[in-house]
Amino acid sequence: MPKPLRILMWLLIAVAGALAVATIAIHRGEPINAMWLVVAAACTYLIGYRFYSKFISAKVLALNAHRATPAERLENGRDFVPTNKWVVFGHHFAAIAGPGPLVGPVLAAQFGYLPGTLWILAGAVFGGCVQDFVILLFSVRRDGKSLTEIAREQIGRVGGLVAYLAVISIIVILLGVCALVVVNALKDSPWGTFTIAMTIPIALLMGVYLRRLRPGKVLETSVLGFVLVMLAIWGGQWASQTPSVAQWFTLNAATLALVIIVYGFAASALPVWLLLAPRDYLSTFVKLGTIGLLAVGIIALHPTLRMPALTRFIDGSGPVFAGNVFPFAFITIACGAISGFHSLIASGTTPKLIRSETETRMVGYGAMLAESMVAIMATIAACVLQPGIYFAINSPAGMVGQTAEAATAWITGQGFPVVAADMHALAQAVGEQTLFNRTGGAPAFAVGMAHIFSNSLGGQAVMAIWYHFAIMFEALFILTVLDAGTRVGRFMVQDALGHVWKPLGRTSWYPSILATSALIVGAWGYFLWQGVKDPLGGINSLWPLFGISNQLLAIVAFCVATTIIIKMGKARYAAVTLAPLIWLVAVTFTASWHKVFDPNTRIGFLSHARQLAASHGNARLIFNDRLDAVVTGILILMIALILIESAIGWIQVLSGRKEAGVKESPFVATQFAVEQTR
Amino acid sequence: MKDGARTTHPGTADPGCPGGEGSSGFRQALRLLLATVREIFDESAYQRFLIRHQLGSSRVAYAAFLREQETRKARQPKCC
Repeated sequence: MPKPLRILMWLLIAVAGALAVATIAIHRGEPINAMWLVVAAACTYLIGYRFYSKFISAKVLALNAHRATPAERLENGRDFVPTNKWVVFGHHFAAIAGPGPLVGPVLAAQFGYLPGTLWILAGAVFGGCVQDFVILLFSVRRDGKSLTEIAREQIGRVGGLVAYLAVISIIVILLGVCALVVVNALKDSPWGTFTIAMTIPIALLMGVYLRRLRPGKVLETSVLGFVLVMLAIWGGQWASQTPSVAQWFTLNAATLALVIIVYGFAASALPVWLLLAPRDYLSTFVKLGTIGLLAVGIIALHPTLRMPALTRFIDGSGPVFAGNVFPFAFITIACGAISGFHSLIASGTTPKLIRSETETRMVGYGAMLAESMVAIMATIAACVLQPGIYFAINSPAGMVGQTAEAATAWITGQGFPVVAADMHALAQAVGEQTLFNRTGGAPAFAVGMAHIFSNSLGGQAVMAIWYHFAIMFEALFILTVLDAGTRVGRFMVQDALGHVWKPLGRTSWYPSILATSALIVGAWGYFLWQGVKDPLGGINSLWPLFGISNQLLAIVAFCVATTIIIKMGKARYAAVTLAPLIWLVAVTFTASWHKVFDPNTRIGFLSHARQLAASHGNARLIFNDRLDAVVTGILILMIALILIESAIGWIQVLSGRKEAGVKESPFVATQFAVEQTR
Repeated sequence: MKDGARTTHPGTADPGCPGGEGSSGFRQALRLLLATVREIFDESAYQRFLIRHQLGSSRVAYAAFLREQETRKARQPKCC
């Protein structure tokens, strides 16, 4: 394309993006069309990718297309395999995209669509994408080493230890929160519970089919599994309408929590091929298809956003979760903007597949942009609902009242009209007994998604099918994270305990498998149980804790990245990682302070514990509050330690007291033809 | 893209860049999509395993592949 035309094209994209962002930022009073969000996101991502990631590639990281990657140097056809960049992109995206970018934006929609949208756009372009990109590249330059190994090498022992503890903390809290989302989505819902219960025998059948009947035919098996899951959704309707069957699948939150805890233990102890791998394939199949379908649905229907740009709840009084828009919007939405967890994947399988350094830009930066787009779609799905309906679904009974009348009166009194009859009709339309107090984000997302799908594909008659498809899709996602996370956590605990007593480190020794599985499941199971028993809805206190721990890992990643950039002699460009690091520190420290010390009993753990103690409340809840405060304190202490150790290292390098060299694999010229990147 | 390198591994060889002329561009895009899906679903990894060990696909070969993959798969985190 001729240069003037190219400049004109980018100018047009910039103008369109600016216009769209201005529209969503300035518009007040009248509902706006969801396409403004889509255009704002698309243009922002294009500009960010073309210019900012290009700047980072050229100036900060100096990507070298002539340098052989570990996939080429260490190629073994197993872990290290030079792979086409589009294939790696898809592989990486499938690994980073989970339920987080769907749930977080739905919860944050209580502030209106504006704060979440702006954070998703800015957070991704300047934070999340940068983190994924630089960590991927730094891992590629270090033979595909993991974040914890790089942290130990570059920052020191404290860095390595903190990274390890951060990963364990995140996994435990993440799994507890994820399981709670599933419980809230399935409680008293025979249709949803039946469908999800059926995915277990379906996954087992897939495992046996794959191993015994059609070895290696994973795609074929996944298609078969998908068809069976569709039948299970259809069968769920029958189950919910047949009283003798429905009673078996109508479970309260506590029973569901116990079932999920037992399931998590079984999934961790069973062979990978039998349950974990087939469920992973099935979940990936459904995930990629549904995300594509949702994108098509939004573009085809281009619905109107009913939620205002800003709600009165930016002052922290929101019913979905307590806390001001700063810092809690930035904690609630982690995965769609910045997710520390991605740094584990960017320093896991992906760097071992990268064929050329220059491709880290598209894979690292680009895949996170795609994930961010998923978060924008989730925001749209939540905001197409009437605000009154959104709040009725997402508000815990402890906040808005136990009965439909009390809840509608409270929500209407806040300026978001909703009537019990409409909620009842909506519940009937989606095949549920009630949609009140379905906290956790998943049911609201499912209703929004069903609304979008049923208006573009099939009409109102199939709204119940779409709703349960969305519930199944999210629950499947989450249970896959639960399976995989429990196992990863188990391996990490076994690695650590192996230093204490060798047999405990043996991953095939069953006593060790059972003991460490019980340890990990017990840890996240505790958080789940705590969430189920919390009268304010559990997710209220646990989701921010998850956000804090996830962003702690992002802080570790940015500390590592800033250290390496400074040691590379590129201190003048350190702001690229230092700026998001400072922002994250501000957000996590502020959020943690509020969660521990805030006098508002809906926010502060300690003030809530004091209130309960004063009224002779439940001793377990008081203990839970104090435990949450201690966990938050430990997380913050870890942040402080790694920050101090990193900052000391930076000062030593910048003042010349420490050599600025970086530990990288030695340069080897690539044997591949060199691709010219633009 | 200039002369993308070709490897001998099934599923990882460069299937070409999408956006070529007419139907051949469309075919290339489809091939790329299939290659991506096969990589995500470990079918390419199984093919590489068979080549590396000079085996034909069978229950025994797949069981051996699963054993080799077990630890890697189980240690692979899935993001939230």
